[in-house]
Amino acid sequence: MGDVAIQFDHVGKLYRLGLVGTGTLSHDLNRWWQTKVLHHEDPYLKVGETNDRAHKGNSDYVWALKDITFDVKEGEVVGIIGKNGAGKSTLLKLLSRVTSPTTGTIRARGRIASLLEVGTGFHGEMTGRENIFMNGSILGMTRAEINRKLDDIVEFAGVERYIDTPVKRYSSGMTVRLGFAVAAFLDPEILVVDEVLAVGDAEFQKKAIGKMQDVSSSEGRTVLFVSHNMGAIRNLCHRGIILEDGCLVGDGDVYEVVDRYLESSRQAVREGFDFGSRDVNGKKAYFEGFSIISGKGDEGNVISFSKGFDCELVVRSRSSVNITARVAVFDLSDNRIMAFDTADIGEIIHLSAGERKTLHCHVEEPLFIRPGHYKVNISIRQGGYLLDHIVGAASFEIEEEDFYGFGRFSSSDMPLVLRHHTWTTE
Amino acid sequence: MAKDWTLVIKPEKGLLDIDLKGIWRYRDLWYMYVRRDIVTVYKQTILGPLWFFIQPIFTTVMYMFVFGGLAGISTDGVPQPLFYLSGIMLWNYFSECFNGASNTFSANAGIFGKVYFPRLVVPLASLTSNLVKMLIQLLLFAAVYVYYVVIGGPVSINAAALLFPVLVLMLALHALSWGLVVSSLTSKYRDLRYLVGFGLQLFMYATPIIYPLSAAGDKFRWALELNPLTPIFEAFKYGFLGAGSLSWNGLIYSAVFMAVMLFFSVIIFNRVERNFMDTV
Repeated sequence: MGDVAIQFDHVGKLYRLGLVGTGTLSHDLNRWWQTKVLHHEDPYLKVGETNDRAHKGNSDYVWALKDITFDVKEGEVVGIIGKNGAGKSTLLKLLSRVTSPTTGTIRARGRIASLLEVGTGFHGEMTGRENIFMNGSILGMTRAEINRKLDDIVEFAGVERYIDTPVKRYSSGMTVRLGFAVAAFLDPEILVVDEVLAVGDAEFQKKAIGKMQDVSSSEGRTVLFVSHNMGAIRNLCHRGIILEDGCLVGDGDVYEVVDRYLESSRQAVREGFDFGSRDVNGKKAYFEGFSIISGKGDEGNVISFSKGFDCELVVRSRSSVNITARVAVFDLSDNRIMAFDTADIGEIIHLSAGERKTLHCHVEEPLFIRPGHYKVNISIRQGGYLLDHIVGAASFEIEEEDFYGFGRFSSSDMPLVLRHHTWTTE
Repeated sequence: MAKDWTLVIKPEKGLLDIDLKGIWRYRDLWYMYVRRDIVTVYKQTILGPLWFFIQPIFTTVMYMFVFGGLAGISTDGVPQPLFYLSGIMLWNYFSECFNGASNTFSANAGIFGKVYFPRLVVPLASLTSNLVKMLIQLLLFAAVYVYYVVIGGPVSINAAALLFPVLVLMLALHALSWGLVVSSLTSKYRDLRYLVGFGLQLFMYATPIIYPLSAAGDKFRWALELNPLTPIFEAFKYGFLGAGSLSWNGLIYSAVFMAVMLFFSVIIFNRVERNFMDTV
């Protein structure tokens, strides 16, 4: 580590919305006349807005990326996170020279290889072997290089038997594995990866993540990695960068940044679930309300780490039913942490037609799970058949406290479950 | 900070800034593209590489029937098979190079959107693979030629045949420059694609392929001479068949035309290459 490997210097990328086609000739001529002949400022560059796609803007142009400035050091593994359309892929596309920036400069040192999508340029009629050579050369390898790595590639992809069969006869999984394998054996100084891990079966994903880790840690390579999988980002990266609507809004230690990102996506959940406006037609029984009642804080949703909590589910039925109810707690990466189900303790609730009941659920203290934000899904079932289900019915925060009596620790490296414990030495 | 950056990406780049070094570095990709073009032609076919011969043979026979037989167009005393075959061979080379180059962007949109490599590799590879195909067809031409020499037909080769490599290069570069322009413009203005399809067909009739230049009356001769391909076809027939004409002025005109076109096409291609993915 030390030297800067990649430098983004006020980089921006402008895209034109709407149809590119009709009227573009006059449009282009106007633009050319204004900038090249009259030496005016480009009339379209000024009107660009940030890329908030949900709201209709006044301009036909948007900035997919705006004024992005950051440095990446040699050997650093940087995760780029952000919602769909935040500009992550555009950023990687600029770096891998698929398209060029509208403003600013990108500087880099060393060979750049991008894994924007695996299996790029496979030709169905050609055999696996021929395609390894084809794909490898597209990615910038020489034939001698590929020859040297051929055995490793074939072995990693696990396609020995099919290597002289045309790729069109491959299963889609095999194609993807072969594509990833070719790319994984590239030797660039800078590797750009976009969501390749979203493909393949579980075994191959594990293999792929393992390979990525090898590449980035032991071989000291600079890696830019885009993914929506926060687990993979945490595992692979040292540093995180958050993009939002084309702007860089966060940069720092990967744990911190991922937490911040999840926090901001939580805001949407936090607004709570609107029981009043949902359509319950056709449901035999349904929820009319949910609340966490023993919490502290303004919204009653802050829970002490060493305490338990109570919640209330309001259920209404249209006909006479026997139901079971479930409350499930998820963390912000959607891992199920806890679930409380009346069926598990043999409890069945009877509702007669039109009846409304309030169910109380008491969760015993202590919780002892990592402080942070959690969300709650609730559901009711009749003999296992789902009657009503609400995702994100509420959210709560578990408060940090001095668990071991030795001061607080930073929440980023706290494990999910904490227990009091003792150590002895002999 | 004065650093030894190996790559600087800026919004604008020089008009004639061709990445020749990059093309050389990707020479293996060039080779792979050529190999792909040739190998995949006869995959899963029974006749395999014979297809390289079948098309020109049948076309020649058909031309002999329609233009030589029905229409009775002169071939300047050259045996019809040789006359048509030479024209078809060269024209195929030109038109396939042109098509290859003009599909650069549209046929490779998928790959270009994912990875960077010097885009010029694709049309250059298409020139090369078509050259290989043409050289294979040249064997056919040679075989027919030898047949006529053996039976003592009216054919004679002369020193102008040495121009052959130059003529092929000129055809290739003409095709490349037109192809690049079309490719660059169609990436944004799709209309051109339709124009090009039948335009190329019409252009074939404006080139002395199925008729000798001498058969065009004085009224139209000037128009044919404006066509920069005319001197190339004429020089080939002059060198190998002893018919046609060798016009140095014509060849120089053709070369200058080619150089100017190539210059502009590279400029246009360069501009489009950078932001092609946003407009396709």
